[in-house]
Amino acid sequence: MSVLALPAQPVQGAAPALRPVPWQRMIWVTWRQHRGMLTSVTAVLAAVSLFLLIAGLKVHHDYTALVNCRTACGAMNQSFNNIDWTMGNTILILMNLAPALLGIFTGPAVLARELETGTFRYAWTQGIGRLRWTIAKLVLLAAVITVLAWAFSQLFAWFFDPFLGFEGMNVLAKTVFDTRGVDFAAWTLVAFAIGAFLGMLIRRIIPAMAATLGVYLALDLLAWLVLRQDYPVAIDTTNASLFSGPNTPDSPWILKTWTVGNTDWWRYIPVSRFWPMQFIEASWLLILAVALGAATVWLVRRRAA
Amino acid sequence: MNVIETTGLGKCYGKAWALRDFTLAVPEGSLAALVGPNGAGKSTLMNMAVGLTVPTAGTVTVLGGMATGSPAALDDIAFMAQDAPVYKNLSVADMLHLTRNLNRRFDSSAAASRLADLGIPLKKKTGKLSGGQQAQVALTMALARRPRLLILDEPLSALDPLARQDFMATVMTAMTDDGVSVVLSSHALAELERVADYLVVLGGGELRLAGEVDDLLAEHQVLTGPAADADRLAGQFSAVQVKRAGAQAHLLVSDGGPDRAVPPGWESHPVGLEELVLAYLRPAGGGARPAGGGMSSAVLPGSRTELTEVSK
Repeated sequence: MSVLALPAQPVQGAAPALRPVPWQRMIWVTWRQHRGMLTSVTAVLAAVSLFLLIAGLKVHHDYTALVNCRTACGAMNQSFNNIDWTMGNTILILMNLAPALLGIFTGPAVLARELETGTFRYAWTQGIGRLRWTIAKLVLLAAVITVLAWAFSQLFAWFFDPFLGFEGMNVLAKTVFDTRGVDFAAWTLVAFAIGAFLGMLIRRIIPAMAATLGVYLALDLLAWLVLRQDYPVAIDTTNASLFSGPNTPDSPWILKTWTVGNTDWWRYIPVSRFWPMQFIEASWLLILAVALGAATVWLVRRRAA
Repeated sequence: MNVIETTGLGKCYGKAWALRDFTLAVPEGSLAALVGPNGAGKSTLMNMAVGLTVPTAGTVTVLGGMATGSPAALDDIAFMAQDAPVYKNLSVADMLHLTRNLNRRFDSSAAASRLADLGIPLKKKTGKLSGGQQAQVALTMALARRPRLLILDEPLSALDPLARQDFMATVMTAMTDDGVSVVLSSHALAELERVADYLVVLGGGELRLAGEVDDLLAEHQVLTGPAADADRLAGQFSAVQVKRAGAQAHLLVSDGGPDRAVPPGWESHPVGLEELVLAYLRPAGGGARPAGGGMSSAVLPGSRTELTEVSK
């Protein structure tokens, strides 16, 4: 029998197993290292929130007045259509970009800055070890950013409520769906995860930010144009009366129509399926974010200086 | 116990070997100096020893067989990377607090009193400190972790002579007071000559020479005699380096301790550490080099030269 030549192994049982550095220490570390980013994100969101609150009160006031208007409503209607709607629509467009912007400004720097400045040589040789360090930072930052985004989207949803049913807008419209419920928070989480992953992969902040924007937009388009209509919530019907009448907040999203013999068929998603769709989308986004996080940790683990 | 032990260690970046077939055992309790020109593989070796870099070939263990980068190894080894990276937007106090949070042990009071002795204000941002002060902060944090092994990558390069002396004084104190082993890399030999007790010479990614400084100095000597006899003698002794100056030749030989008989007409001198290192960094590596052409080395014994890149 041959004797196996093994490389030197750590001496077993020579010393009691080390108690690792506690996780909660990373709370202070993460806060201290990223408080500039966290406070500026919070400050921007707070400033926009204040604006949304003030503008929202006006929009709700105008809307209530319009709904209750019985005579000579033309001027009021025109004012709501032009002034309020223009503002609402502009903010809606910005809201659609907000998860990408939040992800770009929070994700890439977490690891790319360490690699750019060489401080990873300090951070990853401390007793806590680079895995704990990375996992704790990613989880803490992701949680804070996601919660902030969720709270912000709730305020925006309230602000935007009067515009539903307007210009064909309802909660299933692409631009609206993304800004409400849990979707906005989920997209922000994914944008952060994409940013952190690409920051570790590309190792430079600015290129990683650009790449994050590109990947995010591609994913968003994919969800919008391809995936969302295939969520298993659609209904087939021959009941044409569902689709007549003016656009209201309850108008369904018609996916396609076709004819079999003399019968017209519709495939549509009713507004009542809003929450199932929200949770389907948030679920795969969450899974994607966790997978990106795991890939980031794997990159950190195998990173060779 | 060996604080760093490597067997056939190699690291390849693309097609280029930064370190190759590197077998070394650095004993505990010493101040080991890794010397060699830029690009010799010093940083690569150190990064592998602290677990930042994964070897392409061979093995490396630390502190008597621990796997590099393992929790136990991270706990007992403090590493100060080249240019002493610190978070420049953090104050010195925040850097200390950060390091305390990232480690199981941290002697805050020792760190604070040491920085007070050095006159480094705790409230100042580390980015606003001089290079010497940044290095001292990094060293203070490393020592406050109470490591068994301190690995310092080019810690002196950014420092002026006075700061170098202060820095080395701190390192020496830690060695005598706390029994810390130190591995230190440098391409400046002058500061190491008085303090290093173990020497590792690297050139072109290969090990050129390693051993206790006292042993190395005892094993080598310089023979001075007529240039005409130089070639014959270079073959007889295994000469590391042959230098000619007019009618005289200086042979650096490795197998002639002080007791070895000196040929008639030749004189024997002890060799200086710097001269020894430079001789081993010349292209021929460890062996005798053809002494033809009358080329004399430009290196003067005792000169305070910094090493420059040697042609591969």
